[in-house]
Amino acid sequence: MIDFGFTVSPSSRINLDKCDKKSFSALAALEPDVLKCMACGSCSASCTAAHFEPTSVRRAILSLQNGQVEQALDLLKSCMLCGKCTMVCPRGINTRHLIISIQKIYGK
Amino acid sequence: MKKNILVIGGGPAGLEASANLKRLGYNVILIEKDKQLGGHLAKWDRLFPDGVSAKQTLNALLDEVSGVNCFTETEVQQLNVLEKSYNAILSNGITILADAVLLASGFDLFKAEKKEEYGYGIYEGVITNADLEEAFREKKLPAKHPQAIGFVHCVGSRDEKAGNPACSKVCCATAVKQACEVKEVYPDADVYCFYMDLRMFGRHYEDLYLKAQKEFGIRFIRGRVSEVAETTDGRLQVKAEDTLSSKPLKVTLDMLVLMAGMRPSESGKSVGRQLNLTTEEDGFFSSADNLLSIQRSKLPGFFYAGACTGAKTLPDTLHEARSAAIEIDRYIKEKFSEK
Repeated sequence: MIDFGFTVSPSSRINLDKCDKKSFSALAALEPDVLKCMACGSCSASCTAAHFEPTSVRRAILSLQNGQVEQALDLLKSCMLCGKCTMVCPRGINTRHLIISIQKIYGK
Repeated sequence: MKKNILVIGGGPAGLEASANLKRLGYNVILIEKDKQLGGHLAKWDRLFPDGVSAKQTLNALLDEVSGVNCFTETEVQQLNVLEKSYNAILSNGITILADAVLLASGFDLFKAEKKEEYGYGIYEGVITNADLEEAFREKKLPAKHPQAIGFVHCVGSRDEKAGNPACSKVCCATAVKQACEVKEVYPDADVYCFYMDLRMFGRHYEDLYLKAQKEFGIRFIRGRVSEVAETTDGRLQVKAEDTLSSKPLKVTLDMLVLMAGMRPSESGKSVGRQLNLTTEEDGFFSSADNLLSIQRSKLPGFFYAGACTGAKTLPDTLHEARSAAIEIDRYIKEKFSEK
């Protein structure tokens, strides 16, 4: 086949039919509070690492719910586990502990 | 002599106002266009935030109106303003001379088929909030277990193109309540709520939201459903944007529940035309003052209670009904005091 140099971009659309719900259920069993996130953004706003690298617990949780595991791990890779996000979370989620649990379940 | 008060509408507002007016010593004539009293409450199964039975709640209201003259399947045919009273000709042939009139004509549910892109009336799996309540009440939920169920908030609310820019106030809490209820029946199903923002303003509503998330694992997706299509195997493909991640999203569902909002009722409008009552831009009746006297209309002796002046929750409606009774009592005493 002649290579014309065209490629197909992968779709960035979220497909909830195909996303891995089992791992998220496992995470929710270990960290039930992950379900309580109401996406207020307090965690991201208080994050020091986010000043330098895209880091957000809120977006990581959302990415996991949408089946975008790589993206979620990317959003947590610069986390220094300082725990400021845990202090500000209005729903009382132990985000620092949650980040560790996410690494346990999804981390390589 | 006892003064006559005509109450138009036998829903919660009309019932509660009639009961209070009767207690204040008035001769109350309550008319209702349907066969049964209770309005939308009679069609509901359970009520937010605590899931109490709609039937029990309605029965408590009905107990209070015993002794009130009720005419069901009756509408106002003609309503005339006289010097100190109102003359109403009813569809059952009776003519009433009323010293004051209370309009409690409530709301009609937004006709969900108008939002054609959601496929109500086209696809079998698309139902409304009222249909789901009926299914719960009549115990006629689909026997085949759905794998995935969605709820669309703001159907015909906050939607200028649908002719209703206003928030219908009760749909958020209703959707979250119903989401929990279907999850109870189908624990293995994935349940999604598509919302723009959650307006959980009342006491315990936020608790309901938290419970839906934590205990029932309901997934809240911030974004309005843009379109629904049928898949080859008869399921529903739903498209929306997950605005929290700014990405388009699709999901295949078996049941989609549309949270139809509140529109001014047609029967209320027909009463309004008789008296040239003014409405605001949202189509609901204009009160004499939106802060100080919601219950008073601009016509002396003509009052409002409940959703005829805008979307209201059940407790709001009941408060208004009681406050209307007080306003009417004050009006009658001022107007007919012997000096």
